[in-house]
Amino acid sequence: MLQRLRENKSAQGTWLATPTMLWMLGLLIIPLILTTIISFGQRSPDGNVIYSFSLDNYIRLFGYSTDCDAGQASCFNPLYLQILWRSISLAFNTTIWVIVLAYPLAYFIARATPKRRNTYLFMVLIPLWTNFVIRVYAWMMLLRKEGAINIVIGWVAGLFGLDFQPLEMLYTPGAVLVGMIYEFLPFMILPIFTSLEKIDGSLYEAAADLGANAIKTFLRVTLPLSMPGVVAGTILVFIPVMGTFIVSDILGGRQVILVGNLIQRQFLDARDPTFGSAASLILMIMTLIVTYFYTRKFGFGEEIVVA
Amino acid sequence: MAAEFAVELRDVVKQFITPEGNELNAVDHVTMQIKNGEFFSMLGSSGCGKTTSLRMIAGFEWPTEGEVYIEGKPMGHTPPFQRRVNTVFQSYALFQHMTVFQNVAFGLEMEGADKSEIEKRVKRALEMVQLTGMERRKPKQLSGGQQQRVAVARSLVKVPDVLLLDEPLGALDLKLRKEMQLELKALQQQLGITFVYVTHDQEEAMTMSDRIAVMSKGKVKQMGSPVEIYERPANRFVADFIGESNFLEGTLKSLSGNEACVFVPELNAELNGISVSEGLVAGDDVTVSIRPEKVHISDKALDTNSFTGKVTNTVYIGTDTHVYVDLMGKQLKVFEQNRISRLDPGSFYTVGQEVTLVMWPDNVLVLKKD
Repeated sequence: MLQRLRENKSAQGTWLATPTMLWMLGLLIIPLILTTIISFGQRSPDGNVIYSFSLDNYIRLFGYSTDCDAGQASCFNPLYLQILWRSISLAFNTTIWVIVLAYPLAYFIARATPKRRNTYLFMVLIPLWTNFVIRVYAWMMLLRKEGAINIVIGWVAGLFGLDFQPLEMLYTPGAVLVGMIYEFLPFMILPIFTSLEKIDGSLYEAAADLGANAIKTFLRVTLPLSMPGVVAGTILVFIPVMGTFIVSDILGGRQVILVGNLIQRQFLDARDPTFGSAASLILMIMTLIVTYFYTRKFGFGEEIVVA
Repeated sequence: MAAEFAVELRDVVKQFITPEGNELNAVDHVTMQIKNGEFFSMLGSSGCGKTTSLRMIAGFEWPTEGEVYIEGKPMGHTPPFQRRVNTVFQSYALFQHMTVFQNVAFGLEMEGADKSEIEKRVKRALEMVQLTGMERRKPKQLSGGQQQRVAVARSLVKVPDVLLLDEPLGALDLKLRKEMQLELKALQQQLGITFVYVTHDQEEAMTMSDRIAVMSKGKVKQMGSPVEIYERPANRFVADFIGESNFLEGTLKSLSGNEACVFVPELNAELNGISVSEGLVAGDDVTVSIRPEKVHISDKALDTNSFTGKVTNTVYIGTDTHVYVDLMGKQLKVFEQNRISRLDPGSFYTVGQEVTLVMWPDNVLVLKKD
């Protein structure tokens, strides 16, 4: 038996993959199947699941409502569609902002001397040592009415003798955006840095030699060669932002509700796991569709740049 | 092309700071003049300053002191993209995300040439390096030799005043390298563009160059045609670096014209030769250099320049047999060409055999001691 295992490479692979396969089966595949089944079920008055095949939850998600003005049996309520749209557009905005902010920094780090480079990368990683939730709370401290930002602005305004009304920054879409950008920035910096670092310095010289100035060199050489990093970073940022509920929960309050919050509340507050499951599946399908079209256009960012 | 020289370096110094914080002159007061249409090589081992010199011509580095002139114009801090020179890089530096066509077209697009013009010129450049039909491939889908050709085409398509080549054949295997050497030389002659070529391979430099600058530690040790450099090395470094040499130390006894007579204590004898270095006077300490293939093993001794010694070792290398001869404790190399096909071991020199070495005065070079 052992002898046969030694000779059979594919059997070796199977054995090595088994623990992870079991883990994925138990904690991903089975729950996913359960979620699917539950999403077609109905909520009993006491908050349990009645297993059936009903499309009610999906119909409700897409705007059909029974909670209407008197005299109407059904009406259109775009609440959940708005939440879905808000989630997608926020994920989209966050990704764009993160690319815009991360790229110059990654470029700067990649062009630093090797010794400094390590210091900078270290600095990028330090925030990740602190718990995600705590970091979001830190933003709350900065943004709230009596927060650090308002205090500083108030103080500066006071110096000039200006009247200053503290800004309402917390519990706004902007606050959620800022929090998301902050949380996910490192996941864009690192892959872009890795792509940029792989570019052979002689390529910049070759471009200059052939008549390209700095801007043309960047657009024609640096940017295309670093695209795999941008693509990988986009996948690492877009997908989690679509599903995260902590940032919007803490910085958005009741004002900015995303799909993540909706799902969380259905399971915990509303005690409607069937509707929560349906929303989860829709979130997953939306993410898959966006990712599918994105990767079909740009790949997975796996093409290693060979210098 | 009005200027006399395509490239001129006047008293150029390039200083670097080493990681230890010391100043180092990678290029140390170098002056060279490269003529229009010339195939000029900078030859030396790594760290001799040849690549730094090339990079200063390209504009990737700026001289600490002195000035680089291209077509008679001082370059100052002119950036690379404003110089009418192009470089073929050691690593080729091809754009991996572009096809062969796009790589070659890049330089023309930067000039703002129109599309039909670009297409025409790229096609011609690829024909020149025999890569027709490869336009749509990516560099990774090409062999090393083909990538090298793309790099050459990409630089030549711009029709530069000067083409700079930084060890462009270093990554190729020997046979391909020799083919490419001849091709590059033919290309240069056909186009009439000045080539400045950096290499550490003396054979490569000899094969292709009109003139060679032999460099060491940031300085030019000698500049001249391959024949001049090999047959009349200006100093011991060049005689040693290019090919092989036997060296003997001695004192110049007399000098008339360029006929020199040197007393060599190691042999306790006088040696007649020709003076190569300038400004030698009787009484100077000199170094005598004799190429191993220019020492003859003879049956008959001459009146002068003939010595008897014992064979200490022989090495058969195919084209030649290397015979090592002991002359009064001094080991001399003699290369004998194997001009007759033979197998009989008795027809070769044997260890311990007594032989007479003859060094014709024309082959004995008297150099100033370094």
